[in-house]
Amino acid sequence: MFALRSLSRLGSRLSVPALARRGCSGSAMALDDVVNGLTEDQIQLRNSVRKFLAEKLAPYADEIDKKNEFAGMREYWKDMGEMGLLGITAPVEYGGTGLGYLEHVIVIEEMSRVSAAIALSYGAHSNLCVNQLVRHGNEEQKEKYMPKLVTGEHVGALAMSEPNAGSDVVSMKLKAEKKGDYYVLNGNKFWITNGPDADVLIVYGKTNPAAHQKGITAFIIEKGMPGFSTAQKLDKLGMRGSNTCELVFEDCKVPEKNILGPLNKGVYVMMSGLDIERLVLAAGPIGIMQAVLDFSVPYLHVREAFGQKIGHFQLMQGKMADMYTRLSACRQYLYNVARACDQGHFSAMDCAGVILYCAENATQVALDGIQCLGGNGYINDYPMGRFLRDAKLYEIGAGTSEVRRLIIGRAFNAMYK
Amino acid sequence: MSGRVLVGVKRVIDYAVKIRVKPDHSGVVTEGVKHSMNPFCEIAVEEAVKMKEKKLIKEVVAVSCGPQQVQETIRTALAMGADRGIHVEVSAKEYESLGPLQVSKILAALAKKEEAQLIILGKQAIDGDCNQTGQMTAALLDWPQGTFASEVTLEGGHVKVVREIDGGLETIKINTPAVLTADLRLNTPRYATLPNIMKAKKKKIANVKPADLGVELASKLQVLRVDAPPQREAGVKVESVADLVAKLKEAGTI
Repeated sequence: MFALRSLSRLGSRLSVPALARRGCSGSAMALDDVVNGLTEDQIQLRNSVRKFLAEKLAPYADEIDKKNEFAGMREYWKDMGEMGLLGITAPVEYGGTGLGYLEHVIVIEEMSRVSAAIALSYGAHSNLCVNQLVRHGNEEQKEKYMPKLVTGEHVGALAMSEPNAGSDVVSMKLKAEKKGDYYVLNGNKFWITNGPDADVLIVYGKTNPAAHQKGITAFIIEKGMPGFSTAQKLDKLGMRGSNTCELVFEDCKVPEKNILGPLNKGVYVMMSGLDIERLVLAAGPIGIMQAVLDFSVPYLHVREAFGQKIGHFQLMQGKMADMYTRLSACRQYLYNVARACDQGHFSAMDCAGVILYCAENATQVALDGIQCLGGNGYINDYPMGRFLRDAKLYEIGAGTSEVRRLIIGRAFNAMYK
Repeated sequence: MSGRVLVGVKRVIDYAVKIRVKPDHSGVVTEGVKHSMNPFCEIAVEEAVKMKEKKLIKEVVAVSCGPQQVQETIRTALAMGADRGIHVEVSAKEYESLGPLQVSKILAALAKKEEAQLIILGKQAIDGDCNQTGQMTAALLDWPQGTFASEVTLEGGHVKVVREIDGGLETIKINTPAVLTADLRLNTPRYATLPNIMKAKKKKIANVKPADLGVELASKLQVLRVDAPPQREAGVKVESVADLVAKLKEAGTI
């Protein structure tokens, strides 16, 4: 066991030994994946992804947040491509890995544990963009766009929200007018994750404004299409490094063959996608909560006050218990709903419920985390502040907590009509 | 030559875990503690897989000795590119006294059975730090050994091995079949990518008992007691050389 330390001495004349490089994440808190109900394969998946992230992402997480940019993003995307992460739920025949939603959840959870911002960008690429293409693209579209999205050569995004249409997304104003073989798009999209970097974007527009939600269509947009541009990167409270911006469409010509799914049936494409988006993104807050525990629990057993480690004081024991039980309950809920989805059983109530519950708990747990570190939790040398700022997003994106509550409430109303 | 390489992989407590001694001082706590493949074994697997990719050898067989749980370590090796696995079943009780001598006997027997051209092991395991298994296996088989390898080149019926030694680097040429042990700088092990983890599910792991190989597991060694290293005491600062000499005389060291 002590050989490792003597190894570093031996290796001092060379660059940091591979072992030390691999292990700098510092989060060796074991997860009880038996209680979590994971199969051996899924446990192996988690271990493999953790190792990958410890080297490829963990060393940069703090800097990404400080600078609001991930300098090595394109390289990392290709690394993820090689690992088989980008097309994780896509069928093998399109270069995907052919795994299920629970596997996708595990990957996002572990990535969020390291860098919630990059996990969000990864989620937008792999679920919002790639998974929608898989579910609604025709053969030609899949063959054209999937390969580079799966290898990481291309970054994907999805755009539905507008400056004046967030929760009321169906009131979107972006127009798509038919002109011969083309549709001409005019309007803006806002808060679009991966907007500044995306090569392929799924954009929703009104092909028949008079028909309201029955007049929305999804289009596949490529970076470089004339009339499509991006405005400045947004300066956000959290998820810094997950580049977000406004998209501008000024007479952007899109070929008719780039329509994704049926014409004017975009709402169906959008809404069914939202259930899975909520399910998979709920892994984000789980990862953040785990990261809070990874940092705060060891700290409580190192920091001393009044002659003992503060983790032995009852109020701190209580905090650890509260954080742990919140995380565990959320995680079991999420894993169970994911398993049901993998069996083809999709419940809009539970997909909304899962992200509603996980997101609000993550904010609470992140606040507790800062409190555990006291004054040090308030300094940006420690990541506790980043965890809180990142966690808060999940109460807003992918449907605000308010909308999620409406969905569940209305589902109950519908049972008693 | 069979073109077959045997790689030994050991399941150890993950290097990032804080080790705790059991209250009865019989060993360290392993229940519920994160385990992974010994880092030097990962390097050994990587070297074997690289040889196969260069078509210098035909088959990589990953071997591990221990109870049921070691199968996850074998499957990691399969996901890294090994072709098949062999799980030498050892009960949890017997595993407590399983040491380099027993493992070498098992590996030697397997090497003969599988007609292995090479055995590649990690130089040592990070729990025992024995650094004996490779050497003992070579001795039992009467095969040459290239230990602490930082570079390995297969050439016809020989292997050129660059070894890390105290004085620097030593290059030796040995005949095959041979035993090699991997040192830190031999290579950088690959990640098991998701597609490879999926492919590994179809690869076979055979179960074998030590008795089937004619190996007796009884150990002549007995662990009497395990203790954590003593807490490092605070030092004392002195103002002058005279002070230092006085303190050293006081402590009886000079």
